[in-house]
Amino acid sequence: MPTVKETISQNLYPPCFAGADVGASRTKVAVIDADGYMLGYCVDRSGTDFTATADRCLTEALAMADIEKDRIARTISTGYGRKNVSYAHDYRTEISCHGKGCFHYFPFAITIIDIGGQDNKIIKLDENGKRTSFKMNRKCAAGTGAFLEEMSPRLDIPLTEMNGLAAASTDMVKLGSFCTVFSATEVLENIRRGKRVEDIVKGLFFSVISRIKEMDAFTEKVVMTGGVVAHNPYLVEMTQELINRPILVPELPQFTGALGAALIARETFGN
Amino acid sequence: MSEEKKIKLKRLESSKVLGKFMADYYYELDNAAKTGEKKIAWCTSVGPAEILRAMGFLVYFPETHSAMLGSSRMATELIPKANAVGYSPDICSYLTADIGAYLEKVSPLAKIFEGIQGPPKPDVLVFNTNQCRDVQDWFNFYGEEYDVPVVGVHSYVGIQEVEASHVKSIAAQMEALIPPLERIVGNTFDMDRLKETVALSRECSDLWKQVLDTAAAVPSPITFFDGTTLMGAAVVGRGTQRANDCYRTLLAELNQRIADKEGAVEDEQFRIYWDGMPVWGRLSAHAKLFASLKTNVLASTYCNSWIFSALDPDDPFNSMARAYTELFIVRADTPKEAYIKEMLKFFKVDGIIYHDAKTCPNNSNCRYGMPQRIERQSGIPSLTINGDLNDLRLISDEQTKTNVEAFIEQLAENK
Repeated sequence: MPTVKETISQNLYPPCFAGADVGASRTKVAVIDADGYMLGYCVDRSGTDFTATADRCLTEALAMADIEKDRIARTISTGYGRKNVSYAHDYRTEISCHGKGCFHYFPFAITIIDIGGQDNKIIKLDENGKRTSFKMNRKCAAGTGAFLEEMSPRLDIPLTEMNGLAAASTDMVKLGSFCTVFSATEVLENIRRGKRVEDIVKGLFFSVISRIKEMDAFTEKVVMTGGVVAHNPYLVEMTQELINRPILVPELPQFTGALGAALIARETFGN
Repeated sequence: MSEEKKIKLKRLESSKVLGKFMADYYYELDNAAKTGEKKIAWCTSVGPAEILRAMGFLVYFPETHSAMLGSSRMATELIPKANAVGYSPDICSYLTADIGAYLEKVSPLAKIFEGIQGPPKPDVLVFNTNQCRDVQDWFNFYGEEYDVPVVGVHSYVGIQEVEASHVKSIAAQMEALIPPLERIVGNTFDMDRLKETVALSRECSDLWKQVLDTAAAVPSPITFFDGTTLMGAAVVGRGTQRANDCYRTLLAELNQRIADKEGAVEDEQFRIYWDGMPVWGRLSAHAKLFASLKTNVLASTYCNSWIFSALDPDDPFNSMARAYTELFIVRADTPKEAYIKEMLKFFKVDGIIYHDAKTCPNNSNCRYGMPQRIERQSGIPSLTINGDLNDLRLISDEQTKTNVEAFIEQLAENK
C-alpha cells in the first residue's frame, strides 16, 4: 500500500519505476519513467551487505534522475540478491529481466548472451518477446567475469586494461583448459615461455567466448549484455568474428537486467 | 522483499505406517546380525530379492543406506574417506559415501534407531549390474572386508527391446545363484516359496504403481519428494505381505485426497516430471522451493523404477529376468524417450526437469540430446539442473533456485 505522500506525489506527477539487479559481483539500479525512458542508473560492487548496496544505488539513481523516492510507484528486484532488496515490491529472476530489457531495445526474435560476474546466460526470445528457452553455465566459473577477475592479478594487470591489451594482440595464445584453475596454470606456463601479455589476454577472451559457444546454438540475431561486455567491446568484436554474424549491444549493456526489472515493475503496476 | 516466505509441507498420515515398517525392517536385520538366527544377504536395489527372500535370507539393501547418508547430509563428509583409499570422487557417490561410512564406522541407522550400531553384517552379497557396474565394485569391496562370497547377475545395457535371448540368459544366471546360496543359507531351494514371494512382489509392484498413478489426478495428491521416501517399502520389502498392507493404507489416503480435491501442493499451478536421481540432501529444500512456486513435481522415472509389472508367479525365473531387464535404466534412448513421452501425457505435465547427477551417468538421461529430442517431439519444455545424488560439493543451491524459478516464470509466461 503506498503512503499518503506517495499517493499525492504519484497523482501530481506520472509514476516512475525502478529495477534493482543485485548480481554476484555488481549491483545495478535503473529508474525509468512511464514511457520506459531511463532517467537514472547506478552500479556499485555488491559487497557483503546486499540490502545496503541496493539502497545506496537507488539513492544515486534517483539523484541522477532528479526525482524523489516517493515518485517510484513500484520496484522489481532481480539477480542473486533479489530477495535482499528492502524496497522491492516483488522479484523476478535475472533470466526474465534480461529478456525483458533486451526486447525493449530489440523487439524481434533474438538470442541473448549475458556474461555476468559469476554466471553466463543464453536466453532465446521469440518475435513476441516470449522466452522459448534459457541456459545458465554449469557451476564452473570458466567463461564468466569471475574468470577474468581471477586472471587479472595473475597477469598483474588491472581489469580495466584488458580490453586495450587484447585489441593490441598480434599472435593470440590459445588456452585449452576448461577449468579456471587449469587455465591459470596455462597462463603461467605461457608467461614463463615469454609470450606477450597482449596475446595471453586475447587468449583469455577467446576462452570466454568458447565457453559461451558451447552452451547453446545461436539464432540469427544475437544480443550481448552484461558487465564484461560493457567494459570489453573488443570481446564483442571477437565474438562477431567467431560466430560469424553481427552482434547487437544495447545502450548500457550492464543495466539490461535492471532495466528489464523496471519494465516489469511498470507492466505489473496496479495488478 | 527482504524475507523469504516460509513454506510448510503437507505430510501424509500413512507415512507413519511406512516409517514403522522401515523401523521394524531394520530391527529385524539388526537382531539377526546379533543373534545369527537368520542369514543376511545384501542385495542391490533392483537385484533378485525374491530369490533371496524365498530361500530364507533377510535382505539388506546398501543403496537405501546410501540414500540415508545423503538425506542426513552425512555423505559429503564421508565421500573423501573413500576417495582416499582409491575410489574416485567421479564415481557413484552412493558407493563412496557408503564405503566412507564403513571406514569411519558411522551410520545414520545409529542416529535414527536406538540400539542399532550400523548395517547388519552380510553372509553373502548379491548384485545385478542392470543399474551400473559400480554396484559390483561396491559389493566386491565388502566381500573382501567381510570375507563373504559375492555373487550376481551380469545384465545387458542399452537394450532396445527385451528379447527372448536376454530373458533366457538372465534367467539362467539367476538359477545359477541357487546352489551357492543354498550352501550359505543351509536350506534347500523351494520353488513354491519362490512363487509365493514373486506373487507378493508383483502385488507390491501393482500397489506401488497405483500409488504413483494417483499423481495423474488434478491436483495431484502426492509429490515426487513424498515418493522418494514412501518407496522404501517397495525397495526393501517387496515380496512381503506387510509392505503390501502399508501401500493399501497409503493408497486409501491418496484416494481420499483425490476425492476431497486436496493437492499435495497448495494451489497447484504447474505440473513437473523429474528425470534422474533425487538430490537426497536437498529433498526438503527442493520440496519447499517447488511448493513456494505453486508447482508440483509429481512424477518421476526414479520412483517408477520399482514397478515390476512383468513378474509372474507361474514363471518366476523368466518373469524376474524380464522384469529386471525391461527397467528404464537398462534400456536404449529410443524406448526411454517413448516411455517419458507416455508419462508426460499420462500425468498431464507442463515441464520436465532433468537432474544431471555428476557421479551417476547411468541415471542422468540428459547427456546425449534426449531433452532436446523430447522437447521437439512433445512441445513440453525442459530444464537441466546440475547436481548430484549425494555429494553436496557438486551442488550450487543458488544456481538451482534461479534455474527453477526462471523455468516456472517461463511456464507461467507461456500458459
